[in-house]
Amino acid sequence: MADAIANIDLDKEEDYLLNLGPQHPSTHGVLRLLVNLRGEVVKDLKPYCGYIHRGIEKMCERNTYPQIVHLTDRLDYLSAHQNNEAVCLLVEKALGVEVSDRVKYVRTIMSELSRIASHLLWWSAFGMDLGALTTFFYGLRDRELILDIFEETTGGRLLQSYNCPGGLMYDIHPNFQKRVKECLVHLKKKLPEYDKLLSGNVIFMNRAQGVGILSKEDAISFGVTGPSGRGSGWACDIRKMEPYSAYDKVQFKEIVRSECDSYARYMNRMDELWESISIIEQLIDAIPEGEYQTKMKPVIKLPEGQYYQRVESSRGEFGVFVESRGEKNPYRIKFRSPNFANLSALDHMTRGQKIADLIAIMGSLDLVIPDIDR
Amino acid sequence: MNAIVEYIKDVFGGMKSLLTGMTVTVKYFFSPGEIVTQQYPENRDTLKMFDRFKGNVYMIHNDQNQHGCTACGICEMNCPNGSIEVIAKQVVVDEKKKKVLDKHIYRMGMCTFCGLCVKACPTKTLAFGQEYENSVYKRSNLTRILNKPNSTLAN
Amino acid sequence: MFLYDFTELTSTIHAGLETTFGEGLLTTTIEFVIAGIVYLLFFAVFGLFAVYLERKVCAIIQNRVGPNRVGPYGLVQTIADFVKLLMKELIPINNSDRFLFNLAPFIVITATFLAIGAIPFAPGLQMLDFDIGILYVTAVSSLGVLGILLAGWSSNNKYSLIGAMRSGAQIVSYELSAGLSLMTIIVLAGTMQFSQVVAGQADLWFIFKGHIPAIIAFIIFMIAGTAETNRGPFDLAEAESELTAGFHTEYSGIKFALFYLSEYINMFIIAAIGTTVFLGGWQPFQIPGLETFNHIMWYCPPVLWFFLKAFALIIIMMWFKWTFPRLRIDQLLKLEWKYLLPINLINLILMATCVLLGWHF
Repeated sequence: MADAIANIDLDKEEDYLLNLGPQHPSTHGVLRLLVNLRGEVVKDLKPYCGYIHRGIEKMCERNTYPQIVHLTDRLDYLSAHQNNEAVCLLVEKALGVEVSDRVKYVRTIMSELSRIASHLLWWSAFGMDLGALTTFFYGLRDRELILDIFEETTGGRLLQSYNCPGGLMYDIHPNFQKRVKECLVHLKKKLPEYDKLLSGNVIFMNRAQGVGILSKEDAISFGVTGPSGRGSGWACDIRKMEPYSAYDKVQFKEIVRSECDSYARYMNRMDELWESISIIEQLIDAIPEGEYQTKMKPVIKLPEGQYYQRVESSRGEFGVFVESRGEKNPYRIKFRSPNFANLSALDHMTRGQKIADLIAIMGSLDLVIPDIDR
Repeated sequence: MNAIVEYIKDVFGGMKSLLTGMTVTVKYFFSPGEIVTQQYPENRDTLKMFDRFKGNVYMIHNDQNQHGCTACGICEMNCPNGSIEVIAKQVVVDEKKKKVLDKHIYRMGMCTFCGLCVKACPTKTLAFGQEYENSVYKRSNLTRILNKPNSTLAN
Repeated sequence: MFLYDFTELTSTIHAGLETTFGEGLLTTTIEFVIAGIVYLLFFAVFGLFAVYLERKVCAIIQNRVGPNRVGPYGLVQTIADFVKLLMKELIPINNSDRFLFNLAPFIVITATFLAIGAIPFAPGLQMLDFDIGILYVTAVSSLGVLGILLAGWSSNNKYSLIGAMRSGAQIVSYELSAGLSLMTIIVLAGTMQFSQVVAGQADLWFIFKGHIPAIIAFIIFMIAGTAETNRGPFDLAEAESELTAGFHTEYSGIKFALFYLSEYINMFIIAAIGTTVFLGGWQPFQIPGLETFNHIMWYCPPVLWFFLKAFALIIIMMWFKWTFPRLRIDQLLKLEWKYLLPINLINLILMATCVLLGWHF
């Protein structure tokens, strides 16, 4: 606390410091924000990370490449599949292994399903941050169907560890396609209800519109990616820029809005839900036959050098950097996590706003704390 | 004048949006059939996990109390958390020294259910079980010996 | 019949007490004590039932089952919770203003207690029948904010303080709207006495009698009432996603239970005032001209009519709460001062015109 007071200038007596977290209902985890307030107005804030630091990057240096995959689940647990995919793509790129089309298709479908599941949870939690408690249950109710799909095919609901270098752990379950289609039908029925309940609500629009302005320049300089960055008018979709897996085979829109406020970020995610549904619909009936796993050496050793692979996770650009010295484990591994960059913009966005807005802005950024601390 | 029109529009537009929201909740209020909650301890008998569910790691034994583990240690090597420990012993069979499995120790408390051991097992002896009630009173109860007592290697 | 008119019952009790103790202070004191105990019991039973109702209603709205473990359909759940709260440790807070901290929940509960006394539940079932009953109830029900302010101030917690200050601003402004919307009906009724107000609705409820201005006043009253009870989209004082639990963050055990109960009793008071003033109190639903229909409506006793209407309003308030997101403090004040208050004033003039020209039923 002492150093915090030294860092934040308490120039007037009516200013006071408020410790939001590490245990607080709306920080969605153990994030601590030291907020400098004047009345209800946030003057500035300082995020303190590290309450859920597990040293995953260091753990990865000790592990072999197939073992690293399951650790990346634990970063951003809501886009576990995309994180896995990043590591696997990196290893495949470094070794020059080409995976079959089946693997590519299944990976893309799974990524989009995770994206839908993640955005549904975000929608639930965002509604709850703003005080609409019912959204939480509607979102989770529909997310459950996707988790069932995951569980049937991968055995895990949240942390799937479905990818492995060279392909997938197992082939898709025979019921997979049927279940996905059923789920999409259900979602298409329920998503308009979400709009009725929250998106068009006048209270919600007043809470979200014009709040938490992040200009395009700021978004780029802070590195805010994903739906949040695209809400500031920055076209930063990795799926479009560097198509990986089967993204070059599907038609989809990159959703960009230039309002720069919380509402733009909100609507971006709602539209991405529809885009993800359309991507899955294009792929689900076209999964080609083929090997689900390319034959790999029993011990994977990456050739000496530096490698970087990025994917579009549910929250933005997730990158993996590996420096290899030709061993079976990386010499140094670094994750570029989207949430850490998004959090860095929070101070800039919340200055001069109310406490209630701080919560709304934090909700619109969709922070997942374990991804920040790693 | 324009301001007044705007004002009235605001009031009625706002009220309309609130009422649309309320139609959604009232629809669910009058359709209790959409309740999705499962009554957990009561549905224990009918609750079935998916066949790929990662409940617990176990060793497949046949009815003669035989398993297929050759104590090769690949599972131990593949485990990222060191939750598997394979202890082999030397036995003399037909005047030849042979390495057989003594204890296959599995520490569930350290397991992250990544599935690498099951995937890597060359004899497909390890598998994921369907157990979903894994809580125990003591941490030591999480450490299990997967090969049953007096079990032998299947031929 | 017993359920239809309580005047006989109360006067019998009064006569019995007078013959035993004689006329004077003793009888009055005993009568007060009896009434107090009756209201206290009503408080506890009603509060617990309202909590149960709220949990069930929100559960069904949210596709859940709700409390279903303790007792049949979970009916005993809230009682079990209350017993748990009674037995919980009261955690003392360091550097808090001990006296005010302990006083606050009692101020809140006393305010609700005072307000409920003036409400007529059925013919003869009314503790106090002031000639300024409506004024009294609006005055007394806003005393609760004092308790909330004290609770926030004395807790030595910044969350509590912010919650209390928000609550203060909120209740002071919404008191205006609630009062003015009631005033609209007073213009129509021509009296402030609850018994007279109810009697004036014997042929038709005021919400129908006063048609458009009465309906506008009713909507505004419901909004302002929800705001006054710190509930629904106006729960800024608690705002659990921003302020953890707002003004009662530091309270535990029975003191927390008092805050919790008083929220539900407050909700009931608002519903009861709304029922009495707009929806005819204990008067059954009547349509002038349809004699048979009106006669059938009288088969349901007045006390039941009252509670049916009150619960309908309570469920509407719960419906608000479980649908809408929370407002921000400046939007809350904007809603009051820029929308509700001007509309209310125009509505008051409209009603006065209607009454003057006899344009009501």
